[in-house]
Amino acid sequence: MQPESRTPVTLRESGDGLIRAGVTTFRRELLIAFREKQDVINPLVFFVLIVSLFPLGISPETEFLRDAGAGIIWVAALLAILLSLNMLFRNDYADGYLEQWVLSPQPLAMMALVRVSAVWVASVVPLLLLVPLLGLMLHLPAERIGVLTLTLLMGSPVLLLIGAIGAALTVSVRNSGMLLALLMTPFYVPVLIFGTGAVTAFGQGASITGHLAILGAMLALAIVLAPLAIAAGLRMSVANG
Amino acid sequence: MSTTLLEARQLYCERDDRVLFSGLDLSVGSGDIVRIAGPNGAGKTTLLRVLAGLNLSFEGGLSWYGYPLHQQRDWYQANMLFLGHRAGITASLTPLENLRCWVDMRRPHREELLWEALADVGLEGYEDIPSAHLSAGQQRRVALARLYLSTEPVWLLDEAFTAIDQGAVKVLESLISSRAAQGGAVVLSTHHRLQLDECRVLELGGSLGFAT
Repeated sequence: MQPESRTPVTLRESGDGLIRAGVTTFRRELLIAFREKQDVINPLVFFVLIVSLFPLGISPETEFLRDAGAGIIWVAALLAILLSLNMLFRNDYADGYLEQWVLSPQPLAMMALVRVSAVWVASVVPLLLLVPLLGLMLHLPAERIGVLTLTLLMGSPVLLLIGAIGAALTVSVRNSGMLLALLMTPFYVPVLIFGTGAVTAFGQGASITGHLAILGAMLALAIVLAPLAIAAGLRMSVANG
Repeated sequence: MSTTLLEARQLYCERDDRVLFSGLDLSVGSGDIVRIAGPNGAGKTTLLRVLAGLNLSFEGGLSWYGYPLHQQRDWYQANMLFLGHRAGITASLTPLENLRCWVDMRRPHREELLWEALADVGLEGYEDIPSAHLSAGQQRRVALARLYLSTEPVWLLDEAFTAIDQGAVKVLESLISSRAAQGGAVVLSTHHRLQLDECRVLELGGSLGFAT
């Protein structure tokens, strides 16, 4: 080991390089997801299992599945996202990276948004790619699969962002998995109602712009407000550690 | 002649209805090395986390260059390095990736510096091995490599000497004193007896903290 540091003591201005830090945060999340594949694959397998058990458990008839299919896929996706929430900050909290991340001279809310986006890309996008396949399995007509995918595309970021608030608040609590699910489910209900509502309305030949507008409003609100709450939650959790 | 960087006035902190410290005054200027001493449970870690701005449940004032710390958090965090009990090393990433993520969050850097820093802590040849395969001491060394990359004037080191061998402790001591000589400030907690002449000791454990 060297007895001297190579870099001189320098008094720096407050945080620069927002884009550099954002890119780093994004890449790190993707890299970890790539290395720890089971964290990504477990919710996916769970998602496919739920959807494929419904026809066996209730009825494999085409008419039933065509009416219920969108709801089944939405609920399964919601549960899969709920399942992956617990891992969002857990490992980084346990090994101490989270406190280093909170202490970096960057706006924490922006970093939190970047991080949740990376998680969305790594674990929700594969799930969305499976939706057309599962839709076919449940005899959904092609146009309805299109609407279903669109609603999930708008709804899943909302689920993840709201869930991340809960994950940030409970990361320092031991065995918080069930607590997190209980806390988050009430907040997920409106997203579920308007998501499946759009597909049902489409099936009945009604207009879906109203449903999509409300989903879009929830998405916009979540993108703006959730990162602030996530940042505050993380600061509180790190303070307890 | 030294500038006061970080100052704490009348700090009071309790945990589980037990007072850890009260009326604690501490002023850390450039060139200072302060060792926080005291038995287990005396509040050494708590004090360092309060100084780092992580622990917010305390009373009293903290200031950075004379400004209230909570108003200058970004500026302070750009100039403060905190090493905690938990090293912040991600098991699935290699030492090089761990170090790169940490620096990228803070400032631009040259890639060679990362390799040099890892070589400096004796991890040459381990740069591309997942950190999970390293020993506890080697993982601690990855965390310590941050010190070799650091430009931050203030270092807060909580039990930085755990799990590393005696030779490395000696090197760290000289690293810390050379840092102070360059104008840095170091606050650390350790049970090791340090061979540093210019070191101040802050004894915790009574109800009153005092600097000698």
